[in-house]
Amino acid sequence: MIEKIVVLEVVLPLLAAPVCVLVRHPRFCRLFSLGVVAVCFAIAVAVLLEVRGGGVISYQLGGWPPPLGIEHRVSTVNAYLLALVTAMALVVMSFDSRGGPPRVPEQRRHLYYAVFLLCISGLLGMTITGDAFNIFVFLEISSLSSYILVSLGGHRRAVLSAFYYLVMGTIGGVFFMLGVGLLYQVTGTLNLRDIAARLEPSLDDRGTVLALALLVVGISIKLAVFPLHHWLPNAYSFAPPKVSAFLAATATKVSFYLLAMVLFTIFGAPFVFEELRLQAVLLPLSILAMFLASGAAIFQTDLRRLLAYSSVAQIGYMTLGLSTANATGLAGGLVHLFNHAVMKGGLFLVVACLLYRVGSVHIDALAGIGRRMPLTSAALVIGGLSLIGVPGTVGFVSKWYLVSGVLERGWTAAAVLILLSSLLALVYVGKVVEVVYFRKPPETQPIDHVREAPFGMLAPTWVLAAAAVFFGLTTNWTYGVAKEAAELLLAGGI
Amino acid sequence: MRPPSRVREMPILRVIARALVPVILLFGLYVQFHGDFGPGGGFQAGVIFAAGLIIFALTFGVEALRQVVSVVLTERLMAAGVLLYGAVGVLAMFLGGEFLNYSALDPLTTGHHGQHLGIIAIELGVGIAVAATIMRVYYAFVGRRLDGDGEATEPALGAEPGEGTP
Repeated sequence: MIEKIVVLEVVLPLLAAPVCVLVRHPRFCRLFSLGVVAVCFAIAVAVLLEVRGGGVISYQLGGWPPPLGIEHRVSTVNAYLLALVTAMALVVMSFDSRGGPPRVPEQRRHLYYAVFLLCISGLLGMTITGDAFNIFVFLEISSLSSYILVSLGGHRRAVLSAFYYLVMGTIGGVFFMLGVGLLYQVTGTLNLRDIAARLEPSLDDRGTVLALALLVVGISIKLAVFPLHHWLPNAYSFAPPKVSAFLAATATKVSFYLLAMVLFTIFGAPFVFEELRLQAVLLPLSILAMFLASGAAIFQTDLRRLLAYSSVAQIGYMTLGLSTANATGLAGGLVHLFNHAVMKGGLFLVVACLLYRVGSVHIDALAGIGRRMPLTSAALVIGGLSLIGVPGTVGFVSKWYLVSGVLERGWTAAAVLILLSSLLALVYVGKVVEVVYFRKPPETQPIDHVREAPFGMLAPTWVLAAAAVFFGLTTNWTYGVAKEAAELLLAGGI
Repeated sequence: MRPPSRVREMPILRVIARALVPVILLFGLYVQFHGDFGPGGGFQAGVIFAAGLIIFALTFGVEALRQVVSVVLTERLMAAGVLLYGAVGVLAMFLGGEFLNYSALDPLTTGHHGQHLGIIAIELGVGIAVAATIMRVYYAFVGRRLDGDGEATEPALGAEPGEGTP
């Protein structure tokens, strides 16, 4: 049964978007999109349960068999991503932002929901499809809709950062497209498994190496790997906070999946990590991201920018796990996808609560907020502890397996650097917590009128904060699936 | 918005446009429904159809076109075209095939009729969506009159004109 409806994962949000445009009723659109996302989440969980233990679901669109027809192919690797994206979409959608982004007038709010659904559909499509050109199409759907979502931030600079994101994202998309074109020239097929079967990568084959370079650079822009991350801090800090929560929790995660899929499934770990030695580039960049981005986060005065720079640093941990190219390290990187989505999604929802009640998330404006908004501030502390990697939170789980993977590879210095970079996280989280709990509010700006955030905002925030603790104590689900996915990737499967 | 007076006073332009627009629209429909036998299809047809209506607007004024096709209608048609395409795919699923497997649309014969039906229906969806999108883009362009301080008068999604930013 489930293999017959797996395509609905993409089709439902894709068709729900035009329904929203047709109906034009804001409240209907809100509930309708929430319902659609809930159904997608249910399907994703059913699919994940079905494929765990080595199962594969292959769906032939239009009844045309692959490799000529387009195939949707789900294994543990992308079922994990599907569940992650739909879960985060569900939590963020259920966050009641009291009228959406500030500058979308009532009569146009249905378009906001339509764009949100399109973005979800694009991200799910990139994850589920087994066709290289299809990935590009869904990449563009999700990118174009996320540019719109970022531009709705309300501040004039939101439009500018959306434009900057657009330019960078388009460059990334073009690189990806050129890479796919070269692969098509070399192999004569677009089906991912077929490409992997026909491709015999060698260093003498310039076309193949160039294709790999283009794909890696293109995806790295989307993923915001360290020197290509400049679009991210602006986009995340000027977007509506709900959008930042969604994009931080999903968009970069799907790009990470694409990178892993290209390196391990299409080109294969032996070529990429033994012949080409990509880790010689990836490892230093990951470590630079961990230190420089965390260092930049310390000096931010706006909570959103602080979190955005911390995201760049956390992406460094993920690519570090990737460059170990062993089961433990890769599983550490993959489990960090989920863990980082939970904590950073939760933290951006905290930002949304603070913005709604305080009106600013400038660090100085948050002085003493811990007394006025105890529940929101507690969620902030849990997310912050998780960013540092304190035992009992999801951040600890990720770092544990990352360090194990790095030590397994024999990179003792890198393991020490992971631990040292956690100290930087301690500094920037500590700075916020100190202001929120221990600093007296300035007398010019009394905060007596500030109340706790409403239930519709607190509940989703606390779902993520609770998940950050729950999955920090129970790792069967997250690490179990991630380990299976890592082994599958290393064996060259999808 | 009325066209510049010089255009309104050009009888040759008005007469030729009046004669050409119906032909262009008809040709658009021909390309639409001939697409399954020969060159053509929804995308080209949609562009031709919208181009015919835009020529009408250029000669007789945007207001004249707005009375035929309102801005809200173009937005609805954009969505309806996409929905028609998707609905054919979902219908095929209900009839027991894969998404967009047109053969399932006609279970009685060997499937060629189903393929035929399916392609006509989805191309119609493409045609509607493309024509509506091009007209909406046109409306967006002609609606953006610049007032004194250079602010566009038609607000984009999420941007309200003339309002200072915090």
